[in-house]
Amino acid sequence: MTTERSALEVRGLTKRFDRPAVDALDLTVHVGEYYALLGPNGAGKTTTLRMVAGLLRPDAGSVSVFGIDALRDPVAAKQVVAWVSDEPMIYDKLTPLEYLEFVAGLWGVDSKVSETSAHDLLVSLGLEPHLNERCEGFSKGMRQKVALAGALVHDPRLIILDEPLTGLDALSARHVKGLLQDRVRAGCTVIMTTHILEVAERMADRIGVIAAGKLIAEGTLAELRQQNGRNDTSLEDMFIALVDTEAAAA
Amino acid sequence: MNSVAHLSWFARHEFRLAWREWLAMMTGGRRRRNRAVIGLLIFAAIMHLPAYAVVGRFADLRFPLDPSSLIVLTATIFLSWALILSQAIESVTRVFYARADLDLIMSSPVQLTNIFSVRIAAIALSVTSMALLLSTPFIDVLVILGGPRWLAGFGVVVAIGLSGAAAAIAITVFLFRLIGPSRTRLVAQIVSAIIGAGFVIALQIVAILSYGTLSRFAVLTSNTAARLAPAIDSIVWWPARAALGDIEVMLLLVAGGLMMLGVVMAAFAPRFADTVVSVAANPAAATRGRAHAFRSGSRQQALRWKEFLLLRRDPWLLSQSLMQMLYLVPPALMLWRSFSDSSTAIVLITPVIVMAAGQLAGGLAWLTISGEDAADLVATAPLPPSRVIRTKIEVVLIAITAVFTPLVVALAFASPPQAAVTAIAVLVATASAAAIQLWFRAQAKRSQFRRRQTSSRVATFAEAFCSIGWAATSALALTIPVAAIVSGVLTAAILFATWKISPKRT
Repeated sequence: MTTERSALEVRGLTKRFDRPAVDALDLTVHVGEYYALLGPNGAGKTTTLRMVAGLLRPDAGSVSVFGIDALRDPVAAKQVVAWVSDEPMIYDKLTPLEYLEFVAGLWGVDSKVSETSAHDLLVSLGLEPHLNERCEGFSKGMRQKVALAGALVHDPRLIILDEPLTGLDALSARHVKGLLQDRVRAGCTVIMTTHILEVAERMADRIGVIAAGKLIAEGTLAELRQQNGRNDTSLEDMFIALVDTEAAAA
Repeated sequence: MNSVAHLSWFARHEFRLAWREWLAMMTGGRRRRNRAVIGLLIFAAIMHLPAYAVVGRFADLRFPLDPSSLIVLTATIFLSWALILSQAIESVTRVFYARADLDLIMSSPVQLTNIFSVRIAAIALSVTSMALLLSTPFIDVLVILGGPRWLAGFGVVVAIGLSGAAAAIAITVFLFRLIGPSRTRLVAQIVSAIIGAGFVIALQIVAILSYGTLSRFAVLTSNTAARLAPAIDSIVWWPARAALGDIEVMLLLVAGGLMMLGVVMAAFAPRFADTVVSVAANPAAATRGRAHAFRSGSRQQALRWKEFLLLRRDPWLLSQSLMQMLYLVPPALMLWRSFSDSSTAIVLITPVIVMAAGQLAGGLAWLTISGEDAADLVATAPLPPSRVIRTKIEVVLIAITAVFTPLVVALAFASPPQAAVTAIAVLVATASAAAIQLWFRAQAKRSQFRRRQTSSRVATFAEAFCSIGWAATSALALTIPVAAIVSGVLTAAILFATWKISPKRT
């Protein structure tokens, strides 16, 4: 049963393409939590998150966002969720401010509120000199920052990010991490996939490891270490051990 | 590897890429080479029928011709050359901007001049091959009915292909030098559109102003044209003479085409490399917009505003719209003339307007429905998909209404019933085109607009047939109302069949 403590509850989530991509997955993310979803390529991370964001229809299972059944009432669920993909999808012919104006309009945010927050967000991400330039000449990192600002401009309660740090330089990555941590401190929930295990280790409250569409381990870093009986190992060593064990079992 | 081996190896690489690109365009990116080839052969065979209808009666023509026939034949060859030039400008621009392999080529230890010479030759070859492919049914018909002397037509096609490609390269490089890389892309597209359509439209305009008809042949076959035509031995008639079987002249034309291409390769291959470097060094100069206060409004209004802004800023659409607008110039002129002499030829305006509306609506509908660059963003917005689609279709309808209302209003002054028929037919053609794009929607980038036909051949043909069908229905409604019912029912049947075979969505 869904409780107010849960920002996201996924039960028995299943999706098949040629083979099972997500296999009866159960996942719970608490309110105000920073959750990192790890897994090797093709493990089902992105498919899971795309189903949660309403981009893919699951074959079976349920998705509940802050108590809202996301499959039955997707519009209400989408109102509180933001999705940032690893491949920033923005409009080349719009400026960052115009893009954020559009996103805020789509989410029905009051224009006076969104104008201020759009400006602040873009400035905090180091895009102030480019506020009124069309995005067509932007680098991948700049585009990623515009997409992230777009995701935050409607003040979502749950932010889902697929590889958000890909293509960002060190300074930009720090900006983004800082921004996300600020949001979590303000009570927002963040779910993120990443291949940069150091980021998960340093930023996430809890970590889930997914392989072959199933959650094979979950917990805080300390809990994961305890589960594996290796108190002094890095997340990278544990991750590789977990994935290897799962692959051997399969 | 010596330099000759290098060049031939690179030439093979270029031709392989060109072949695969063409194949992908024919098959929509799906791996169905055999089916594509069979489909092409069937298409080529079927094309012999319309070719017979168009050129069959000219198979007995022999040089010397009467001035009117000579003018018509020369003008047709010139029109083909203009179309080839238009297509070649587009190909050259694509080579400059599609930089997928340019970094690799330019960082390799080879002579760039040689490499770009091969690339220029490849453009010429692909343009010429396409021209040969399209002209083959017509020349075949002439050869079968009029004898092997018509085979010289292939030589003429090769000559105009080579010279068209050479001219295109010179024009594009000149544009780069003149206005810089950031503006050339758009300007080249517009120039290409104007060249492609300009000749026919110019003839129509002269025909309307002088003879009150939309037929471009009225000008070409007029006494004035015959009087102004140069002497029979003039070089102007060489292409026509060559097409009629004068082998000597045909060989001279091919040699001329080769020479033009050679000169262009020698003159521009080194500059080609410089131009590519300058494009690479100036990736899309930053275009600044004006800061303005955020607009308030509903979610649908936000979506509409975004769609209109993107349509306005879309260079592809600008050039395409320009084409549509150019085609609307003759009917608009015709309309203007009809006020003075109440010509019955005014009826011809309606199908032209309806056809243009259908075509423009198809392009707009693709851009708004399928060409969504931030598909994930729109899909994760708290807005039901049906409302998103409805809003996008509204954008198409509003745009079409804005473009065609002035023409319909002007028509209402000349003939209110015709204006009413035109307005209804424009709406029906727009709705049909939008519906087809909706049924066959496939997520794509707006930059893929040029290749939108490849995503579904059925949708492309259905869109074209419906446009033609509604145009014919509107014309018949004004002339033979009973026939209009038959034509309307047939077009509706095409639309229904298209819906039945469209992919099912859950």
